[in-house]
Amino acid sequence: MKKIVSLVISAAMLLSALAVTGCSKDEGVPMTGEEIYVYNWGEYISNGDDGTLDTNKQFEKETGIKVHYLNFSSNEEMYAKIKSGSMTVDVIIPSDYMISQMIRENMLEKLDFSNIPNFDNIDEKFRKTSFDPTGEYSVPYTWGCTAIFYDSRYVDAADVDENSWDLLWNEKYTGKVLMFNNQRDAFGVAEAKLGYSLNSENLDELEACYQELVKQAPIVKGGYYGDEIFDKMESGEAIIAPYYNGDLLMIQETNEYVKGYIPPHANTFIDSMCVPTCCQNKSAAEKYINFMCREDIALANIETIGYASPMSCVVEQLDEEVTGEFFYPSDEKLAECEVFYSLSDETNAFLSQKWEDLMNQSK
Amino acid sequence: MKASKLLSRIYTVLIFLFLYAPIVVLIVFSFNATKSRSVWKGFSLRWYENLFNDETILGALWVSIEVAVIAAIVATIIGTAAAVGLKSMNKKLRSVMLTLNNIPMVNPDIVTGISMMLLFVAIFGATGLLRPGFTTLVIAHVTFCIPYVILSVLPKLNQMNPSIYEAAQDLGCPPFRAFMKVVMPEIMPGIITGVMMAFTLSLDDFVISYFTSGSTAQTLPMVIYSMTKRRISPKVNALSAVMFVIVLVLLVAINARQIAEQRRTRKTNQDI
Amino acid sequence: MKKDSWVASPFMVWVVIFTVIPLGMVCWYAFTDASGAFTFDNILKIGTYWTYLKDSLIMGAVATFFCLLLGYPLAYIMSRASWAAQQTMMMLLMLPQWMNFLLRTYAWMTLLENNGLINHLLGQLGIGPFHMINTKGAIILGMVYNFLPYMILPIYSVMEKIHSSLFEAANDLGADKLATLRRVVFPLSLPGVITGITMVFVPSVSTFVISKLLGGGNNMLIGDVIERLFVGAAPNYNVGAALSLVLMVLILISMAVMKKFDDGEETGGLMM
Repeated sequence: MKKIVSLVISAAMLLSALAVTGCSKDEGVPMTGEEIYVYNWGEYISNGDDGTLDTNKQFEKETGIKVHYLNFSSNEEMYAKIKSGSMTVDVIIPSDYMISQMIRENMLEKLDFSNIPNFDNIDEKFRKTSFDPTGEYSVPYTWGCTAIFYDSRYVDAADVDENSWDLLWNEKYTGKVLMFNNQRDAFGVAEAKLGYSLNSENLDELEACYQELVKQAPIVKGGYYGDEIFDKMESGEAIIAPYYNGDLLMIQETNEYVKGYIPPHANTFIDSMCVPTCCQNKSAAEKYINFMCREDIALANIETIGYASPMSCVVEQLDEEVTGEFFYPSDEKLAECEVFYSLSDETNAFLSQKWEDLMNQSK
Repeated sequence: MKASKLLSRIYTVLIFLFLYAPIVVLIVFSFNATKSRSVWKGFSLRWYENLFNDETILGALWVSIEVAVIAAIVATIIGTAAAVGLKSMNKKLRSVMLTLNNIPMVNPDIVTGISMMLLFVAIFGATGLLRPGFTTLVIAHVTFCIPYVILSVLPKLNQMNPSIYEAAQDLGCPPFRAFMKVVMPEIMPGIITGVMMAFTLSLDDFVISYFTSGSTAQTLPMVIYSMTKRRISPKVNALSAVMFVIVLVLLVAINARQIAEQRRTRKTNQDI
Repeated sequence: MKKDSWVASPFMVWVVIFTVIPLGMVCWYAFTDASGAFTFDNILKIGTYWTYLKDSLIMGAVATFFCLLLGYPLAYIMSRASWAAQQTMMMLLMLPQWMNFLLRTYAWMTLLENNGLINHLLGQLGIGPFHMINTKGAIILGMVYNFLPYMILPIYSVMEKIHSSLFEAANDLGADKLATLRRVVFPLSLPGVITGITMVFVPSVSTFVISKLLGGGNNMLIGDVIERLFVGAAPNYNVGAALSLVLMVLILISMAVMKKFDDGEETGGLMM
């Protein structure tokens, strides 16, 4: 028995040695002992895979501040965990409507822009946005539009109408269609389909949207997903899904048959970096945000993520194939798209209830 | 007779095939050159390179080991003391305590997880203490490990003859010394089983960690879970292969030693 | 040794703070609304979730049944094998368990997908493709795969203790193999079977990861619902707590029913 124990311990030591060699800092500023917790979407940063720049490691090297990097898979999940106090982090990267909601609920810190000189890189049109009108709380990270993705091997070209959302409601592809699994995005798709505002607070309109989603339920057959849509489209498990335009290239790397288009009234989103009030080290958080706005770092991130950059100096350096109309829609196209902003508590409650109903009955 | 032996051989092979085939497939595809999970496109070590450059995974592995070691030690100390104490308790109190002790073992993990999450969030909200993170993770792991330690030590205590301990004291040995000299050696096998179980359970746990860890500590299973969400990377396969090999080496070594020892002494082993 | 009972006090304090109080909080949340006022609404709302609860119980029961069906013969074969073979088989059973269960489940995901390896291979033979992932069958398979060793090991550890002289005696008394199995082995192995059933049933009923990875969004189980209510997009601790409470009570009832079959044996549950 003693031998078993010593074996287990030696194995543990072997493992830890492995971990230590992996972590060894070869050069750069010595660690200051400071640390920050960054809470971001999954796979939403250049992380060193296949020889790319590991931006978090680079930040540690240059500043000596340790980065703990954590992932969420929806704005709502992030919000729920921060609100409940089970997550205390220093930098978050939520989307527009969630930012305005968190501003309203006093969950965000005002940023000290003298610590973020690289903010100058951000294009004028992204500086004061509808969700952060004073521009005091957020620094844009990426932006994009909701699009419809389809696998051209299985979807008839005749069924694809780039001027409507009907493909997501096409019974011919029952069981092969996916839908967003968060209420805001899902209702947004229905609103766009019916031509309503994406920020409608009119309960009759929302009820009509609910009915559209109920109609869609038997076609989706429970295929409600969040970030999993990426993998399902990439691997060919699903053939039609709404998703974010910036992901198309990355999906095509593995599955060249996937194509996408942006239907009318689509949602435009801006994901921005913010500091929540539970932050423990604001100056380090601002240093991190500033670092992420540096041209070379932003370029590395955008090249990995594939989403649109709010920095012209970055866009100019990208290949032409990733700056086409699909990835950077023209201003005309954008004019008919809409950004989400936060809804009233009553509307949110209504949506939550309807969403719960939909989930229960699509069972 | 022969036929039934053959039948049971085939059956055994089939069951183990069922258990191992998926793992073998996983490992084979960790060497695939592309992301495909079903079509072989050539040999590559790409996913291993990515794995060993991934600080999130390596960091989480380290957290898992730290938590498991601390939780196993703390749970073993508290649990062993508890077993000794329970032994000398009156019957009523003891059966109450044993029932309470059973709760984390009987309760579904998810209920244990959320119940502790509610407690930690309430404490943090009210006092600002116990920020959900490494400490809460360790507390949660100690909580679900203690019952297993107690249940492995208690039977050994029951087998022991209490008069030896009393005799030692009668002969003038101070209680603590008497305990260490007389009782400890008797219950040692139970304690070791307890440590091992606590360590294994802690290392493998996902559900309870998921609810109690907060932001400041992510264990390996939690990172694996987030890896299976968006762009599933064959890094997961590579990680499985590495873990499999480490565990395999470890278990084969233990097993070979036991069998060799057995052959040498040619007597039946009693405590497994 | 009466005076030694104080050493159990750290354990008692621990149990009260980290097991009893958290469960109390679950109850408190279950019977209050968002403002903290007493209400039965949450419990009444459970009607809407009845289908999930029913599905979970049925699938848990089916998975347990298959584990018993597959596991019992293997446990018997193991217990009759040579000592070295027993050790090796034990090791082979434990090995996949030491790898993380998320990895084991992920392995099946890659096999069962529409474009997964099984369909790919069948496709080369001109059969299929079959729709296997995101079905109830896939989830049950995942449960059986993950928890089969929990059924085999307790049964084996009881059977292994059955002395071979009992078989000789039964044989001498004219019982054939089947009769021996039915009249001698089965009754004696019952405590192991009971332990096995609980060890498989509880985690199966309350899982939320297996159903997510293998069942897709279409086959949510009660564990998924609870998880969503606590850390999902629209959290509602009160209803979540009520559901957890119901799950806990249902499991306790089924365990109590199982205990009726068991003649109060305390051991058997702790075999590694």
